[in-house]
Amino acid sequence: MSVDPRRVIVDVANVSKHFGEGDARVDALKDIDLAVHAGEVVALLGPSGSGKTTLLNVIGCIIDPSAGKVTLDDELVYDNRWLRSDLRKLRLDKIGFIFQFHNLLPFLDAKDNVALVLKLAGKSATEAQRRALELLDYLEVGHRKDSMPALLSGGEAQRVAIARALANSPRIILADEPTAALDSKRAGIVMDLLRKLAAEQDACIIAVTHDEKIYDRFDKLFHLRDGRLDGGDMA
Amino acid sequence: MNLAYRDVRHNLFRFVLTCLGLSLLMAVVLAMIGIYNGLVSDALNIVKAPQVDLWVVESGTQGPFAEASKLPGGTRDAVARLHGVVAAGSITYQTVEAPFRGDTLRLYLIGYEPGRPGGPDVVSQGRGIEQSHFEIVADVKSGLSIGDVIRLGRNPFTVVGLVEDTTNSGGDPAAFITLRDAQVLQTQLAPAAQRVQEARGAGLLESQDSVAAVIARLKPNADPQAVAQTVQQWKHLTALTQADQESILLLSVVDRAKRQIGLFLGILLTVSAVVIALIIYTMTMEKLKQIATLKLIGAPDRTIIGLIVQQSLALGAVGWSFGLILILLVKDYFPRRVVLEPINAAALAGIILVVCIAASGLGVRAALKVDPATAIGG
Ligand SMILES: Nc1ncnc2c1ncn2[C@@H]1O[C@H](COP(=O)(O)OP(=O)(O)OP(=O)(O)O)[C@@H](O)[C@H]1O
Ligand SMILES: [Mg+2]
Repeated sequence: MSVDPRRVIVDVANVSKHFGEGDARVDALKDIDLAVHAGEVVALLGPSGSGKTTLLNVIGCIIDPSAGKVTLDDELVYDNRWLRSDLRKLRLDKIGFIFQFHNLLPFLDAKDNVALVLKLAGKSATEAQRRALELLDYLEVGHRKDSMPALLSGGEAQRVAIARALANSPRIILADEPTAALDSKRAGIVMDLLRKLAAEQDACIIAVTHDEKIYDRFDKLFHLRDGRLDGGDMA
Repeated sequence: MNLAYRDVRHNLFRFVLTCLGLSLLMAVVLAMIGIYNGLVSDALNIVKAPQVDLWVVESGTQGPFAEASKLPGGTRDAVARLHGVVAAGSITYQTVEAPFRGDTLRLYLIGYEPGRPGGPDVVSQGRGIEQSHFEIVADVKSGLSIGDVIRLGRNPFTVVGLVEDTTNSGGDPAAFITLRDAQVLQTQLAPAAQRVQEARGAGLLESQDSVAAVIARLKPNADPQAVAQTVQQWKHLTALTQADQESILLLSVVDRAKRQIGLFLGILLTVSAVVIALIIYTMTMEKLKQIATLKLIGAPDRTIIGLIVQQSLALGAVGWSFGLILILLVKDYFPRRVVLEPINAAALAGIILVVCIAASGLGVRAALKVDPATAIGG
């Protein structure tokens, strides 16, 4: 598989985002430009309140920017307004989310948490089950496939959540402190896994992290300070 | 993979508990409907029991149930001779309290002439009255059994038969004795002053041979209204058709009780609706974060609406069925008759369906508004 390092998957141009108006106005993102290429694994760094989650949410089409353009996988999706009405379908097809806390559905076992997104994407029940098991095995949590999320350890739950994020082979994986709930050994394993996935699936990964020990696993580090992005230093 | 079912299974204990609470509520609603029906049907029982077409009572009264009525015993012969009358019988009604096994038993005594209209229709156990004195046929609700001896006035009566579903509008079990016995009993139980009068020999005869009403069965082709007109020509009599009698009873005797229970039923239904709506709404509110997650991973509205609506329908259906089963199991232990028709259960099902759908509408509104970003919060 040939990876074209020049191909831009996530392109954020002149994006600003503010919450509230007047005295209550918070400028969470100020004129952000960010381009992430296929196969790249990048980190968003910055102090608390600097706008990291907000930026991930804008890229994930979860919140509306106040201004700017967002292009995902060669499709212009935001240009002062959303250009697609079915943002959820867009997320289902193109984006995988990994949260700081796993956010698995508590009433489905590990296998079905993964199978659900496959079924939502139109896979047959058997196909969804097969691929879910394959992913869980790949992430080395196959032995926990029948466990409910409440009974999984933090690391296991996080790996199930990663399996879910990867299920539909998204081009973009957004991770908000994916390793915060894990010890440093596990954190390293998860990062290596994400790198491998990015390479294999020609996807890009944008992860928020505070964990200096894993900085070396990223291709680029972007720093956010008061809503402004510096960056793109090589790790 | 049905999300509604999976979520219920995950919180099974809570769901079952909620259903249980709901089914108790439903059982109470059904009981109230049953009591309402029972009241109406009990009230009409006594009027329907003799299966007659005409009630001849004291002039100017709406007797013998809504008002007191007193007729000379000879009236029956006069009525029986009327054109179109097949059979006529004298009848008396009185409520008595009799000591029985250390308790006081309240009976609604019907005195009738054996062989004429007015006796029990179907004797479910034992036999009808055959002797002219001191035999009694009672409703099973009285607690009497065949062979029991009960003292009414100065005489012991032997229970020879039992009937079912014969109570007066107050719920007192009815019992049949012969007209003669009933008339004797009336003088024995009359107020003391009257007894003194009677002891002196005054008015004894008159009171001994008075009856409450004369009931008549007509030929199939006879017009009850026409026969009633004829009876009215005797100045001291009033004649009511069976239909008149039934509507008098419903209007005057049970109307207030009926409205009372009807109103209470309305309140109960409103409370149930609010409770169901509240349960379903809270159920959805508790899932908002999960719903946000579903939106985030790309689930369409259809999936989310399905989750909420299916769960609330399941809740309603289970609550309704358990409630129905519960009331069917316990209804015979109620002191008053509980009559449930299939249409009642169906109507309640319809109401619950509407409430469930309306309540899930509220939940769905909240769910569709929830921002997927709340799933990330924290
Ligand atoms: N929904 C919102 N309404 C109002 N203000 C918000 C909202 N979301 C975020 N903000 C504000 O925007 C700024 C950036 O928030 P954001 O969550 O992106 O920070 P962060 O870098 O992710 O911080 P942390 O490291 O603590 O998670 C903060 O000042 C925050 O208070
Ligand atoms: Mg954050």
